[in-house]
Amino acid sequence: MKGDSRRRRGSVLVIGIGNEFRGDDAVGLVVARRLRAHAGPGLEAREASGEATELMRLWEGRSRVVVVDAMRSGRPPGTIARFDARERWHDTAGGRFASSHALGLPEAVALANALDALPGSLVVLGVEGGAFDAGAPMTPAVQAAAGQVVASVLADLAG
Amino acid sequence: MTRKTIAVDYLARVEGEGGFTVKVKDGRVAGVKVNIFEPPRFFEAFLRGRLYGEAPDITARICGICPVAYQMSAIHAMEDAFGVTVAPGVRTLRRLLYCGEWIESHALHVFMLHAPDFLGYEDAIRMAVDHGDVVKLALRVKKIGNEVMRVVGGREVHPVNMRVGGVYRAPARGHLEALVPDLRWAQGAAAEAVRFTAGLPFPDFERDYEFVALRHPDTYAIEDGRIVSSRGLDIAIRDYTQWFVEEHVQHSHALHSSLKGRGAYHVGPLARYNLNFDRLPAHVQDLAREAGLGPACRNPFKSIVVRAVELLYACGEALRLIEEYERPDPPVATISPRAATGHGCTEAPRGILYHRYRLDDLGVIQDAKIVPPTAQNLTTMEQDLAAFAEPRLKMPLDKLTWQCEQAVRNYDPCISCATHALKVRIEEE
Repeated sequence: MKGDSRRRRGSVLVIGIGNEFRGDDAVGLVVARRLRAHAGPGLEAREASGEATELMRLWEGRSRVVVVDAMRSGRPPGTIARFDARERWHDTAGGRFASSHALGLPEAVALANALDALPGSLVVLGVEGGAFDAGAPMTPAVQAAAGQVVASVLADLAG
Repeated sequence: MTRKTIAVDYLARVEGEGGFTVKVKDGRVAGVKVNIFEPPRFFEAFLRGRLYGEAPDITARICGICPVAYQMSAIHAMEDAFGVTVAPGVRTLRRLLYCGEWIESHALHVFMLHAPDFLGYEDAIRMAVDHGDVVKLALRVKKIGNEVMRVVGGREVHPVNMRVGGVYRAPARGHLEALVPDLRWAQGAAAEAVRFTAGLPFPDFERDYEFVALRHPDTYAIEDGRIVSSRGLDIAIRDYTQWFVEEHVQHSHALHSSLKGRGAYHVGPLARYNLNFDRLPAHVQDLAREAGLGPACRNPFKSIVVRAVELLYACGEALRLIEEYERPDPPVATISPRAATGHGCTEAPRGILYHRYRLDDLGVIQDAKIVPPTAQNLTTMEQDLAAFAEPRLKMPLDKLTWQCEQAVRNYDPCISCATHALKVRIEEE
């Protein structure tokens, strides 16, 4: 058990968020599935729907977590953004959170922060999506970006 | 002439749009439009041409919060079509899995989504600063629900263990018994939740709904029963479409359901409670009475107390099911596909969820119809908003908007449509 918790502390957990029936929203899932082929003592990959308490459960007790999710910020599809979730979403002041109707990734970060339940490091890799319609295929630019995200996570591990 | 508009917008995490608009003219509510729900039309189309056995897993993807409900309604519809009877142990496992979903869904809604409304917090995050213990308790209860889903369903988010005719792998008794200590704790926490929610301030608001829910001869209906209403409806699940219709309304891309010739109806915890109070165990009834609920409750804001009561019931029911469980062997019945139409209806945390499939002789889906609970409540939500807002139009607009948003949340509207954010917009002319 002890060895297991040491391994969990040291390894990187990648959480891929998405819905595979909504076009580019699937990108997080695609990345998690590809990374699973590389999983080992240093890397674990999980898929998630993005509900806040699910995310908090997944990263509980972890030291290094990378979350991959689709985003929509008006940039060209396939653009990859990387940021420290704890810096960006440490609280909900300023009305950045539309509501409490349902809780997603930013809320999970803020809630975990309020409860002192954040992992040591929490990096978000956002992939700009182009099409989110139900049943739409992933756009080529986002498919390519998924490959880049996989490569970048593996490069970070190797480095 | 003063015009003001209360608009409650839902924004998808990634896509989808719509909202609530209450139009006010000369001190009266001139109209309410609800446009919050994306119907599962894509899934209905996606299912055509697929094998019957694929429907449970595909439909489970419609909702991240209630995958079991979708899965179970699909499975029951297929079993209805093929005339399959499953083993008692399978029935036990299915109801147990469903209890897990009720526990996790109700814990999330009661504590994290609805309670902040009543306590004056904008969201659970701000509530967590002052009431960290409540949020931690909610997370623990929810986790126990997820654990039930993991042990019975094979996975905690989209369970994969259920199949038409039975289960892929029947868990050993010992695996289920390992859940008992946590469920006992959750039962205590749920009882506390009933007392806690009973003390919240509720707006004075009641409506004479036609409640619709499943009803079972012996138990508080979850996955089995007849469809009954508070005005005398009592029909078999297969007669659903003879009594219920879905209609297009101009302001929404969602279909609005109604009872033929009778109009709007109300599904969900409040409906179940009103129709099936007598099926709750005595200790649950006693605590509900202690919490100020009688056998009838028509204030939709009190649905938070009713959800807590159902949370308590689900924990106790899970414990009872583990006690009676006998591992089914074989875990799955023989399936002989035939050309037929099958109907399934179960009580999702938000209310009845109806599925209908027409299949050919090889079991290929020719046609699929899925009616989620939120679609059935849309017109009732509109009527609630109109009735609630009208006598309160003199309230400060921000407070009224807040309470209107709360009135929407009474229904725990489904987020299958990825409507992950609720926004309030107020316009005055």
